[in-house]
This record gives sequence, C-alpha cells and structure tokens, in this order.
Amino acid sequence: MKHVSVAGKFVTLLLSAAFLVACSSSSTKEDEEAAAAAAAAAAAARAAQEAAAASASSSSSAADAERMRLMEAAAAYGNVFYFAYDSSLLTPEAIASLDAHIAALAGTNSTIRLEGHTDERGTREYNLALGERRANSVRDYMVLNGIANYRIEAISYGEERPIGYGSGESNWAQNRRVELVVVN
Amino acid sequence: MKNPAIALLGMVLLCAAIGARADLTIEITQGSDNPTAIAVVPFAWQAAGAAPEDVAQVIESDLTRSGQFAPVARTDMLGLPSTEEEVFYRDWRALETEYLLIGKASPTPNNGMRLDYELFDVLRQTRVFSGYESGPASDGRMLAHRVADKIYEHLTGVRGAFATRLLYVSVTRGGAGNKDYYRLTMSDSDGARPIVLLESREPLLAPAWAPDAVQIAYVSFETGRPAIFRQDLATGKREQLTNFKGLNSAPAWSPDGKTMAMVLSKDGNPDIYLMDLATRQLTNITNNYAIETEPAWMPDGKSLLFTSDRGGKPQIYRYDLASKATTRITFEGNYNARARVAQDGRNVVLVHQQDGDFHIAVLDLVTNRMVTLTSTALDESPSIAPNGSMVLYATKFGDRGILAAVSVDGGAKFRLPSREGDVREPAWSPFLTAK
Repeated sequence: MKHVSVAGKFVTLLLSAAFLVACSSSSTKEDEEAAAAAAAAAAAARAAQEAAAASASSSSSAADAERMRLMEAAAAYGNVFYFAYDSSLLTPEAIASLDAHIAALAGTNSTIRLEGHTDERGTREYNLALGERRANSVRDYMVLNGIANYRIEAISYGEERPIGYGSGESNWAQNRRVELVVVN
Repeated sequence: MKNPAIALLGMVLLCAAIGARADLTIEITQGSDNPTAIAVVPFAWQAAGAAPEDVAQVIESDLTRSGQFAPVARTDMLGLPSTEEEVFYRDWRALETEYLLIGKASPTPNNGMRLDYELFDVLRQTRVFSGYESGPASDGRMLAHRVADKIYEHLTGVRGAFATRLLYVSVTRGGAGNKDYYRLTMSDSDGARPIVLLESREPLLAPAWAPDAVQIAYVSFETGRPAIFRQDLATGKREQLTNFKGLNSAPAWSPDGKTMAMVLSKDGNPDIYLMDLATRQLTNITNNYAIETEPAWMPDGKSLLFTSDRGGKPQIYRYDLASKATTRITFEGNYNARARVAQDGRNVVLVHQQDGDFHIAVLDLVTNRMVTLTSTALDESPSIAPNGSMVLYATKFGDRGILAAVSVDGGAKFRLPSREGDVREPAWSPFLTAK
C-alpha cells in the first residue's frame, strides 16, 4: 500500500473519525498500529459512514454484513487515486483501489462525484483540462466495470485545490489525484 | 550599466490602504540599461492645507516602474519649482537630470481636481511639453497616472498604459480542514486602490476584460462546478453565461465585444467554442480528442490562438475564422501554452517550458523568434499591457503566489507581492479612455 504514504494533511485530519468508525463497526481489523494505514482508512471514512447510514435501514442483515465488508475493504484503500505527472493513466494501485470501490458501490444506488486535480506545474486552464481527463479516466473505468454512468459526475478543479501547498515532488505527488466523493 | 538610483530604490511602497487584504506592493528588481534621468518635483497644492494626494510620487513611480526612467531623489533637489520662472537649469544639470517635470494641483468646483504640468529638457534649457488633466478629486491617483501616460508618450513615442487597471485573484488559505477564500480584485495598474469584486469559498479563475473595460468575465466554482460569469463593473450586476456539463472556462472577449470564445467539454473533451453574446448561440471551432483550451483573440478579430495537445504536447495553434484553417505556430520546446497577443498583433506572450521550468516567453509572429523573458521556475498567466510594453504574470516567491512584471524587451522587472495570501491570474485592462 505504497500509495498510502503520500496521504496528506487533509487525510490525517479525518484520523479520529476513522478510529470511531473502525471501533464501532469492526472487530476484525487489528493492524491499526500503522499510522499510514489508519490515515488511508480515514480518507474513506466519510464514504463508509454514509454507506453505513444508508444500509442501516435495510432489512437483510446478511446482505448488510456483506455490504459492510465491501465498504470497509474499499475504505481501507482510501478514496483518493494518484497519478503520474501529466498523465491520466490509472496506476496499478489506483486500479486495485478502484476495484474495491466498484465492488462496494455495486450493491448500492449511491451517486458519486469524481473530482480531478493536478499539481501546480503548467498553466491553470490546461490543468483544468488535465484534471478532467483524470476524473474521466476513473469514471470510464467504473462505467466499464458496471457502475452506471448516470450515477457518476466527473468534475475538475485543476490546480486550484491543492493538498500540499509547497513546491517539490512530495507536494506535487499528493496533488495529482482524483477524489471519490459519495454524494448520497 | 545599472543606474545606482534604480538599485537604491529597493522597495517602493505605493499602496493606498483600502482594505489591506489584497494590497499589492511594488519591488523593482531590475531596471533597463541607460534609463532617462527625470526629476518629478512635488506638485504645488493651490489651496489651504495638505494636498489630498502626492500626485508627483504617483507619476514618478509609474515612470520608474517602466524601467525606462531613473528618478532624481527629492532629497537631492535644490529647489521645488512649480512655475517656469522658478526653474534654474544649472541646479538640475548638476544632478545630471535630463528632464524635469513640475506642476500644480488645484481644487476645482464640485470636488474636482486639476493637474497642470510642464516638462522641461534640461540640456536644451527649454520647455518641451505641457498640459493638464482634470476629474474628481477622489480620482487623484488616476489623474496622476494620466499625466504619467502623457509624459511617457512624449518621451518614448509609445502611448502610456499607467491609467489602466488590473484584475487578479487572491487566495487566503482556509487553514486546517477549512476551504480557502478566493477573491477577485480590481486595482489600479500599480496595485493601489484594490476593490474586491467577488469573494467565494470556491475557486475563482480566468478573469478577462471586455474590450470596453466596462464588463469582465471569469470562471467561478460557486455552483459546485465551473461556470462562466460576466459582471458589470459599474453596477456589480452578474450573469451566469454557461452551465454545461464538464469544463466551462477560459472566457475571452472578441475585440468587437460581441462574441466570447470559451472552453467547454460538454461533448466529451475540451474544445473551443464561440458564443454570440446577443443570441447565446454556440459555434464549435475545434473538434478532436485532444485538449483545446486558452483561446486568445488576435487584435483584428479575424483569428484566434489557442493551446492544443493534439500533437502530444501542448503547443499554440492559430485558427482563422474565414478559412477555418488551423496552423501550428510554436515549435520550440515541449510545452508552449496560454498565449496572449499584444495590440500590435505581432508579439505573443506565452508560457514556455525549458529544462522542466515554466517561464514567460515572447514570440514574434513576424520573425518567428521566441525569447524567454523570465528566469523563475513556475511562471504563468502572462497578460500584456494595452500598449504592449510590459507583461504581467504570476509566479512563486518562496511558497507564495505573487504577481510580477517584465518589459517585453526583458530589460525591466518588478514584483507585486501581496501582504497576505497568494495572488495569481492577472489580467491587464484595455486602455480606459479613447485616444
């Protein structure tokens, strides 16, 4: 889970929320000692929380348990997919994470937003277009794997919403991303 | 040879303190070779009390910022003449002054102000130019910029562009977990008198002037998606022009003001469209699988430049409206983007990547020669003054986004750092008055 190590400040902010979710809904996870892993879980905590709330009203407890398992598996990957410079190609790490999210979303009617971002290099308008390419690349993969197109909105923020504000690859790597946000 | 006066100038603070947040200061970092020495004597205030504005200081700063003039320090002046009779040429020759500007500032009825000025050639010991500017006293700085424009034009042969305005976006970081504050600000060309036109917690970008300088357009994410808005500067009235799926960005007004070029990705990938502002009818002028963005009109309105990565990397292309033909115009380097064209239709400023760094370069469309103007690493969003003399752009200084300017010949440079937050996306206005 190398991609976890680049999770940024934004992600660690959700750390405490992730612990709450992990403690209340899971007894199988025990490798929380790795701060990075916890941070990754935290990144998807919002998605897991919303999914848990949505599934609370369901009638089948077996299906609930399975759905919960899939949610947690997806949450463990985090909700951020990272990209190489000037690229919108999905990395193997992003694909593994996406597969888990697709499995979790398949059993729901959730609609999602895919928010594409870039690092600060290059012009702002070109980066808006590149961020959209990234979001579309994630969307296309999801659609190809069974998530209905109408459930997905892909938008781009270009370089306008960085996670890491400074220059240099450590910041840039955090910013070249697509964030998956569950809308409802 | 650098003039020591310019080197000594170091830091010139010009800002009026109207809402300290988005104030820009000016730091001159490089002057041209052999600037013309000019003494701008404080204007005599023709009424009781102190003058409401140090107009001579505004004029002096304007001329200095152009890089073409070196001011004579006030502390070196042996007298402060305000009429021709009070001018002793030998005093100014002793200071190696080439030109001398003197003047008077007078109150006029209904809160008006009038600036009378006279320019002298010290070596030839003769008055070479005089005139006046008048308007509301509250606009004293703008009157001073207009005087600077006249002096600049008289001495260089090029119309001055000091009495113009800037648009820019400033961003104050929201801090841990909070969204940032984005502000669209309009200021005088020297960064003074900033007025916040719009404030949002969602990104603002791509401010653009209408050719009449009465309206502006920009991209706002306030709806949760990018959308193009236009706003009337006098009334503040705003109107959302687009709400398409995907990108709605890079608005660029045609020179006749009737059409807006823009980027929409509603059909799958970013393409350039022209919107007839009267009918809202859209015409698609690019259509392929590449990224096409950053449209910029040629001054004659007959063709547009835009950025496309149809060849694999972003390069500048030109689309001719009559023939519908597209031709590539940049060939040097792997990344040339966001072109803006000078009013002469000849100089194109753009972002040019060199050894991994992004610089501002100027491409001469006649000779096809490209010259890199800046040496910092993350330079972007070049905007050219309406007289073609200076290029304003965004760069990074330390970890902060700031605005900087360079003359088109690369000789003069100055920075306009903000006291707070990041500043970016400058857009230099057209001339505000007919010539």
